[in-house]
Amino acid sequence: MATTAEHFQAHGDDHGHADHDHKPAFFARWFMSTNHKDIGTMYLIFAIFAGIVGGAFSGMMRLELAHPGIQYLDTFARWFGATNPDFNATLHTWNVLITAHGLIMVFFMVMPAIIGGFGNWFVPIMIGAPDMAFPRMNNISFWLTVAGFLSLMTSAFVPGGLGNGAGTGWTVYAPLSTYGSTGPAVDFGIFALHLAGAGSIMGAINFITTIFNMRAPGMTMHKMPLFVWSVLVTAFLLLLSLPVLAAAITMLLTDRNFGTTFFDPAGGGDPILYQHLFWFFGHPEVYIMILPGFGIISQIISTFSKKPVFGYLGMAYAMVAIGVVGFIVWAHHMYTTGLSVNTKMYFTAATMVIAVPTGIKIFSWIATMWGGSVEFKSPMVWAMGFIFLFTVGGVTGVVLANGGVDDVLHDTYYVVAHFHYVLSLGAVTALFAGFYYWFPKMSGRWHSELLAHIHFWVFFVGVNMIFFPMHFLGLQGMPRRYPDYAEAYAQWNSVATDGYMIMAASLVIWFINIAYAFTAGKKAEGNYWGEGATTLEWTLSSPPPFHQFETLPVIEATAHH
Amino acid sequence: MPAVGTLHKRNKRVGVIALAMAGAMLGLGFASVPLYRMFCQVTGFDGTTQRADEAKAASVSVTGHTISIRFDANVERGMDWQFKPLQVTDTISIGARDMALFWAKNTSDHAITGMATFNVEPEYVGKYFNKIQCFCFTEQTLKPGQEVRMPVLYYVDPAILDDPDAKDVEQITLSYTFHPSADSGAKALDRTGSGV
Repeated sequence: MATTAEHFQAHGDDHGHADHDHKPAFFARWFMSTNHKDIGTMYLIFAIFAGIVGGAFSGMMRLELAHPGIQYLDTFARWFGATNPDFNATLHTWNVLITAHGLIMVFFMVMPAIIGGFGNWFVPIMIGAPDMAFPRMNNISFWLTVAGFLSLMTSAFVPGGLGNGAGTGWTVYAPLSTYGSTGPAVDFGIFALHLAGAGSIMGAINFITTIFNMRAPGMTMHKMPLFVWSVLVTAFLLLLSLPVLAAAITMLLTDRNFGTTFFDPAGGGDPILYQHLFWFFGHPEVYIMILPGFGIISQIISTFSKKPVFGYLGMAYAMVAIGVVGFIVWAHHMYTTGLSVNTKMYFTAATMVIAVPTGIKIFSWIATMWGGSVEFKSPMVWAMGFIFLFTVGGVTGVVLANGGVDDVLHDTYYVVAHFHYVLSLGAVTALFAGFYYWFPKMSGRWHSELLAHIHFWVFFVGVNMIFFPMHFLGLQGMPRRYPDYAEAYAQWNSVATDGYMIMAASLVIWFINIAYAFTAGKKAEGNYWGEGATTLEWTLSSPPPFHQFETLPVIEATAHH
Repeated sequence: MPAVGTLHKRNKRVGVIALAMAGAMLGLGFASVPLYRMFCQVTGFDGTTQRADEAKAASVSVTGHTISIRFDANVERGMDWQFKPLQVTDTISIGARDMALFWAKNTSDHAITGMATFNVEPEYVGKYFNKIQCFCFTEQTLKPGQEVRMPVLYYVDPAILDDPDAKDVEQITLSYTFHPSADSGAKALDRTGSGV
């Protein structure tokens, strides 16, 4: 078996057998990379950069929303290249901000970080594989994502209807995105989605093949770490949902540029069809963003409780169930489009069913901690924060799942609060948990645990201050997607903007922590978390060798996950 | 993990299967357009009305129940047509055929071709509302200043009386909206709203 492994390595990239850790020169290593760890690192750096851009957009929005009235949009419109914006162009800038914020955070921050970053880094290692199945395709996936991001950035500076930039919302609904937005901005936005989508589909194929074919001897499907399970389910969701989005936005493109009327009633089309197609992708997409987070949290809770995760099989198949049911609930995003009562009843019931496997996960995490020897290291604190925040978002999700209730709350800040609790607070908290869990493994250097704890508490206070008041604003009727609001909403909006400043401060702490680690952080040993860390990445040095598992690890029949 | 040669072959196989799945979903995405149309036509979803030929219409028996039909006519913003029904309501026997007349006038100085979209309210009676003839089946071209009267020949299927959700409906609204056809008026139209 060992001979086979070495042979495989030598075949995979033309390095000699003797010098296992020989790295290519800078350009070849980072721009032509076929190494899953290097590509993972690039994804993480890219996601941090995109996150700063997307976060800056949300900062601009919170600044505008700090007080009633229009204060800063005119300035922002000039930043996007308008010379003397009229009032419409000024307001259009608001739409550009919400659109760019949404698209960047979904496609260029959360997905690259959680799938491209942590997935690439740790899926091969956790299953005992030397690399991904298609290392060159892995490289293409990454650079397509970067190209998509550049296309999206370009769109902000070219005409998109009433002003510069695509102001369609991340959903790109027709007819606003077709004859409602003249100019190339929306085309650039659609192109960005095509590129990022193609990159993600290739990534998904890569993960599926890797996980199915390249597990080390003894690593059966039912022994795989839950993070690997989560990425496998996510990859299938990507594979089945993204092509539908690609079809929908391609039809948008031809409606815009080639005179077709897929979504235009004037030619027999139907704009509602676009919404169906978008959400057939869009709902699995929200699970694409959160499932790998579930996986990360499972690893962390198990590590710091020093116990195998409670109900391993239930945890794995709960994710499969979430993935399957996630495909048949899409119209709960469309309750106000005139669905019949019976249709609403179905989608309400189907949506609520998802709370069952999700509940299994939440309770299993708690059961894992129960009776465990719990250690409050920074990843554990982030993970427990995740469980709390995600549960809050899950509960408001069950509220919104009701077709009748949603008639009232649709397009209010209650919805904004809900999906930020599961994403901005859920997925991002999981990302930070994973970051502190694996950062010394990836870099070989220790971050400061003290700063990591401070980062958590400041972030936790900040994001709750931003988003909890939005529940009140939404219940009081404040609509989303507007730059201005009635005086009555001023107080809580002001609190939310203060919360944004606190959240931003927590990110400064994070950057200081990273800088500290690289300048003064002490070296991390192979298994720095000790007893509870049982997955394969902890059998390697920190950072792992450039090529790992030249001799494939053999997983004992009794070894637990 | 199997030997290298086998692994490459197996990777290729799984990769190709996965790619085929993605390709199938892409195809399904595009196929959704005709599928969605068929779904609406078959189920009467969202108030999509049915088409009946003479033979089918002749086989329907007239019942003693009456129902009121209200007529509604609209044109898309910026299209220079006037369009209205020539009767506000008709009261008809369920199963009996009736003709309703609409009137349209081109108020511009150039010919405009239009196509009407249609539905009925309440939307769940779409599957019982049958049109035998309708101006909405084809494009209509009006010369500058031209006026026309356009007929709709329709009946309400007696099966409506067996549907627990629909049997108590007392009035059905038949609504039309004229849109300029893509090749004629659309280019002249400012549909972006930016001129407002």
